[in-house]
Amino acid sequence: MPTTVPAYGKEAAGRLASMADVTASDGALRRFLHGLPGVDAVGLQARAATLGTRSIKTTAKAYAIDLAISMIDLTTLEGADTPGKVRALCAKGINPDPLDRGTPKVAAICVYPDMVATAKEALTGSGIHVASVATAFPAGRAALPVKLADTRDAVAAGADEIDMVIDRGAFLSGRYLSVFEEIKQVKEACRREDGSYAHLKVIFETGELQTYDNVRRVSWLAMLAGADFIKTSTGKVAVNATPPVTLLMLEAVRDFHATTGVQVGVKPAGGIRTTKDAMKYLVMVNETLGDQWLTADWFRFGASSLLNDLLMQRQKLSTGRYSGPDYVTVD
Amino acid sequence: MTFEYAPAPESRAVVDIAPSYGLFIDGEFADAAGGKVFKTVSPANEEVLSEVAQAGSEDVDRAVKAARKAFEKWSALPGAERAKYLFRIARLIQERSRELAVLESLDNGKPIRESRDSDLPLVAAHFFYYAGWADKLGHAGYGADPKPLGVAGQVIPWNFPLLMLAWKIAPALACGNTVVLKPAETTPLSALFFADICRQAGLPKGVVNILTGDGSTGAELVAHPDVNKVAFTGSTEVGKAIARTVAGTDKKLTLELGGKAANIVFDDAPIDQAVEGIVNGIFFNQGHVCCAGSRLLVQESVQDELLDALKRRMSTLRVGDPLDKNTDIGAINSAEQLARIKALADAGESEGAERWAPACELPDAGYWFAPTLFTGVTQAHRIAQEEIFGPVLSVLTFRTPEEAVAKANNTPYGLSAGVWTEKGSRILWMANQLRAGIVWSNTFNKFDPASPFGGYKESGFGREGGRHGLEAYLDV
Repeated sequence: MPTTVPAYGKEAAGRLASMADVTASDGALRRFLHGLPGVDAVGLQARAATLGTRSIKTTAKAYAIDLAISMIDLTTLEGADTPGKVRALCAKGINPDPLDRGTPKVAAICVYPDMVATAKEALTGSGIHVASVATAFPAGRAALPVKLADTRDAVAAGADEIDMVIDRGAFLSGRYLSVFEEIKQVKEACRREDGSYAHLKVIFETGELQTYDNVRRVSWLAMLAGADFIKTSTGKVAVNATPPVTLLMLEAVRDFHATTGVQVGVKPAGGIRTTKDAMKYLVMVNETLGDQWLTADWFRFGASSLLNDLLMQRQKLSTGRYSGPDYVTVD
Repeated sequence: MTFEYAPAPESRAVVDIAPSYGLFIDGEFADAAGGKVFKTVSPANEEVLSEVAQAGSEDVDRAVKAARKAFEKWSALPGAERAKYLFRIARLIQERSRELAVLESLDNGKPIRESRDSDLPLVAAHFFYYAGWADKLGHAGYGADPKPLGVAGQVIPWNFPLLMLAWKIAPALACGNTVVLKPAETTPLSALFFADICRQAGLPKGVVNILTGDGSTGAELVAHPDVNKVAFTGSTEVGKAIARTVAGTDKKLTLELGGKAANIVFDDAPIDQAVEGIVNGIFFNQGHVCCAGSRLLVQESVQDELLDALKRRMSTLRVGDPLDKNTDIGAINSAEQLARIKALADAGESEGAERWAPACELPDAGYWFAPTLFTGVTQAHRIAQEEIFGPVLSVLTFRTPEEAVAKANNTPYGLSAGVWTEKGSRILWMANQLRAGIVWSNTFNKFDPASPFGGYKESGFGREGGRHGLEAYLDV
């Protein structure tokens, strides 16, 4: 197995270049993606369900709750967002539990591009990243120059991470190379003036991709194009992150790493609301990818209400009592 | 720091095991006439769980007489009335499933995850399914008013104690027979708890009788002249002895015996799910499964990729305390079985196959064997021919579909097989070629009461489950 390099590192480009033959043309890319092993839906769902029966108790639960908190991209993506709300969310991200300052901080605050500057200022010195959705989120229905401008704008405002959406229409109609090129160009648009890059998360909107085979193909496509993270969903459609889809993406990341040595992160988003759900995802990461991925650098939860449930469970573990929703902050 | 799962043991307090149990004959628990008893231990730590009666010939006779006496009224009941009892039993099993799952894991050594999520739901489902047939026997294709056989003598193995009991008792009662059942020597407890469920359900006395004991009890039972039907699940060796015993009598016989199933993986298989299927095929229930996929036939071109993935997956298997909810592989059922597995694994090594097992710590007390695979196995090796009945996988390769079929069928057994490919036409072609009672495609060890189960060749005859399962208990 090749030595590991992070997807956002300088060496990653060289590794991807070694796979350039499969992305040389639309035909080559299609043959490669369709040559990946198929996915048996029943088997995949059964495996995800079995992992969901793992029983995480006592010390393991305490560890996992803190880990999950530290992996949250605390998100607000509403038309009604205000600078005040974003600042409140940032304050919460820094000190999630006002009753226990020992609670870990979240990984990032995720907002629309126009709120990036507000969030950046509110998070100064905290070490928490600002993530911005871009590329005409959530539908992705805009011309490429508009998407690139959207991305550059967010990066210029100080975004540390960009969550882009792919063109599902192009993917579903089989124009794989067009999706590939678009991701590459957005990645280039993540470049800052000093030559460094904002990390790029690529959202597939798996709820719209219909088949598990498509999820495996799009995962490889995005990783070949230079994604630092692959992400399930926008949270804006009926079906968001599910355990089987996330498991499949974890397997794709594992196989991509085994092939190229490039380490890519995974972010399930949308619909993960309870501690119990979060535990199931961490178990999947643990038993599919292992310790190496069990940090906020390589696994994130895109969530808003999950944090409060984690905090209530955390309080329950430390005090022995269930405090209730009045003892966590509403956002 | 790493993500280590803390112990998550299921509570033992949900099951109350008495220090001793008698035989269940004619609705009452009674000591064996000879007064003999034997101990049953937990294979995970060799702790004695209870003492049970060893039934002798006098007890067998008494049980068969009780069943004969009960047969008259039971068989005369309208099917809908028999169904009521079976539905009641099914619901009681569901209500007591947590207790029974813990008991099964204690006495058998299987992980609680399996007894809870697999055994017990299937046990209840089997009773529900055959309860549904009881008043519809005239529509099963065996004549307008098919008759039961009489008294069924049933002998079951230790690998799925309660599930095998359900497979035997549910169809027998639905068809109007009465039964005398002997559970395995090493796992008698769940059958005795089932006797209690029969009482709770108000089942008429003598319809179900449970005799605990060793092989001699089973031999007495199948040889009893007033038994009309013999059903056995277990080893091919004992099955042959039973066939000799009943030869020349008018007893009806069904046998469900050993297996050496091939799990065949083609190069276009869904690899991740195939790996899960291989693991489930051979490591489910510690490989104590007659239909276990104990031979992996993998197409040459994906051999390396598949074996790497399989080894990686095997390294995540959690071996240990059967009552821990996170345990994947529990204890080997008995010292005797462990010795057999060890002997065959050693033979594999000495015959030149390459042995591999993930690093895993085994408990000191009890009977344990790490999940193991052998590569470089040929058809001539003992581990490719003999049933190991343990967590040991033999890996062979093939080049063409024809070769896969030839190797898969090259065994005296014929219970099950698995085919992994994304090509539907190949699945159908393979299913036609494979001489096995069950062919799973892109899955393995999937059970359902509506689906008939049984073997070809030395894996036995007769079918259990589904409409076909009724035939074994009807006079047709």
